[in-house]
Amino acid sequence: MTTRIVELRRGILRKNDEFAAGLRESYAAAGVLVLNLVSSPGTGKTAFLEWTLRELRTRGARVAALVGDLETDNDARRLAASGAPVRQINTHGICHLDAEMIGKHLDGWEGVTLGGLDYLFIENVGNLVCPSSYDLGEKIRVALLSVTEGEDKPLKYPTMFNSADAAVITKMDIAEPCGFDRDLALRNINEIRPGIRIFETSAKKGTGMEEWLAYLDEERKKRGV
Amino acid sequence: MHELSIIASIVDTVTESVAAYKGARVVEVRLRVGALASVVEDSLQFCFGIATEGTPLEGSRLVVKTLPVVMHCAGCDADVELDGVQSFRCPRCGEPCFDLRQGRELEIEAIEIDEMNEVEEMV
Repeated sequence: MTTRIVELRRGILRKNDEFAAGLRESYAAAGVLVLNLVSSPGTGKTAFLEWTLRELRTRGARVAALVGDLETDNDARRLAASGAPVRQINTHGICHLDAEMIGKHLDGWEGVTLGGLDYLFIENVGNLVCPSSYDLGEKIRVALLSVTEGEDKPLKYPTMFNSADAAVITKMDIAEPCGFDRDLALRNINEIRPGIRIFETSAKKGTGMEEWLAYLDEERKKRGV
Repeated sequence: MHELSIIASIVDTVTESVAAYKGARVVEVRLRVGALASVVEDSLQFCFGIATEGTPLEGSRLVVKTLPVVMHCAGCDADVELDGVQSFRCPRCGEPCFDLRQGRELEIEAIEIDEMNEVEEMV
């Protein structure tokens, strides 16, 4: 017997990374801005996205959404009320979306082509851990945090906030009764991801949403899409 | 929670790689895992024991090398290592910084295999 060391230097998630790189190229070629929304369950991703889809459509933008959940198509049905095309991805127990699932659901999506969209939103499975490892080819990863979750969420789940490009605080309309310490939350987010854009919103009241929509528009223009 | 899919991917890659070495047995699998990779070593070890059964990796050791976060601080013009992942500030000057140079790695560095010698093979 001879012992031998074989150097591999292989990324463990390289299959996903390669698939995501392919998606990123097709998004860019189609000129669609793709956003990946991540948060814990119950943060209000769906309400936030419902509002965003409806408003963007009112303003003439072409939008669509893919929504990931372990089971049920409840979220897709809620989002479809905005009038935008929505497709549900059921992961059946898997705690995150991966690039291949996105590719599969973009294929054969009736009435939707990437080239016909200005924005594609991907609502990830509610989970603040695993989705951070899976690139979906998105341009912007948005981490959401609600006022009911505690200001230290970014410190408890640093990898998610650290890998995000923008942060959204949701349910600001109930911040006061929840005793939400706004300054502390902002400080914690900035501690984990210095300089990140933060939006303080309430989908229910429409608070902070103009600023968010302006950001989306800015990003689309900045990226030449 | 996604440690099992990570291990499954490791088993695939290593099985593919050892196929080139006839009769080889995997002794050790070495990983490099950044502090921001969102994986837990205990879960990796637990899943490794189960997922390697009946594969060329069965009975091998999983060695996880954890890599700290390294940032480049513009002010200090230096690469600085962070103690943890709770604060992205330069430990020297205290300024926030976000020019990440290390910490997201999730890779198989190398494998150690026992290879059968030609003589043994003939017997």
